[in-house]
Amino acid sequence: MAAGAADKVSVLLPTYNERENLPLVVWLLARSFETSGYNFEIIVIDDGSPDGTQEVAEQLVKIYGSDKILLRPRAKKLGLGTAYIHGMKHATGNFIVIMDADLSHHPKFIAEFIRKQKEGNFDIVSGTRYKGNGGVYGWDLKRKLISRGANFLTQVLLRPGASDLTGSFRLYKKEVLQKLMEKCVSKGYVFQMEMIVRARQLGYTIGEVPISFVDRVYGESKLGGNEIVSFLKGLLTLFATT
Amino acid sequence: MTKLGQWLWGLALLGSAWAALALGPLGPRVPPPCRQVLLPLPVYLLVAFGCYSLATVGYRLATFNDCEEAAAELQEHIGAARADLRRRGLQF
Ligand SMILES: Nc1nc2c(ncn2[C@@H]2O[C@H](COP(=O)(O)OP(=O)(O)O)[C@@H](O)[C@H]2O)c(=O)[nH]1
Ligand SMILES: [Mg+2]
Repeated sequence: MAAGAADKVSVLLPTYNERENLPLVVWLLARSFETSGYNFEIIVIDDGSPDGTQEVAEQLVKIYGSDKILLRPRAKKLGLGTAYIHGMKHATGNFIVIMDADLSHHPKFIAEFIRKQKEGNFDIVSGTRYKGNGGVYGWDLKRKLISRGANFLTQVLLRPGASDLTGSFRLYKKEVLQKLMEKCVSKGYVFQMEMIVRARQLGYTIGEVPISFVDRVYGESKLGGNEIVSFLKGLLTLFATT
Repeated sequence: MTKLGQWLWGLALLGSAWAALALGPLGPRVPPPCRQVLLPLPVYLLVAFGCYSLATVGYRLATFNDCEEAAAELQEHIGAARADLRRRGLQF
């Protein structure tokens, strides 16, 4: 086994109505970890999805074993930020990967994250859609423009030292994530931004790996409505307070 | 200091330097041709920054990768995953 035998990766998968996606993402995760040889566990944090995500998750435990798939559900939809905190409490790995369960984040990149981490002993490795071979699929021009514009504005105002602030596909050293979770108070996209900004403040190092983001195939996005307004509010709050 | 603070500091510094040279006590000592450049300088800088922003965002928008292969590969992987999971007894 080439991979460090002492390393273990805990993947946090928050789910809300991901019945279609969850088995597929778990299968891809298991396969890519078997290929890379890293020890892993997948922690599924389901917020009482009405579509039966929990039921399909139980079937996955039967297939992969309860040491690989850990179900840590909560009774109702309490939001993403607290889902990560909840999941992290049960994580036993020295690395923690946070990703979406909707297949827009492909598990194949985790091996690259780990390689990057080893390269510079980074505290955080962040996937980025805005650099190198990174990119998106399934976005129209308007969505791309908003994304690029918002990213530019963020870079100018915050100078964060990382190119993708709103993405949520990242690897953290466990103790680093714990420290950051204590500090971060925002919600939604802003939460991901705040994590990077606080990381900079605390002197943590950040490595980046280009990723391709494929818009979800099944189910629908839960972050909707006045996304832009809350993004701007969050950005200005961070601008004024950090 | 917050990022807002840094901006305010920078602007105040540049702004007062500009005001002193263009309008204030040092004004008479600046040669007239320089003063003519100096007076509208803030507006020029603002316009230049605006152009830079538009050009940057426009360029990045035009070069934003469309990951066609990644999407096709994902479809393949989804097919393989479904088949294998079904074989292992998963009820979708
Ligand atoms: N546990 C939990 N998971 C959530 C919640 N909201 C969203 N998710 C999950 O978080 C991930 C990202 O959400 P998504 O709706 O795709 O957001 P988007 O990619 O920004 O549009 C998905 O895996 C969702 O199932 C929540 O309130 N609780
Ligand atoms: Mg999504």
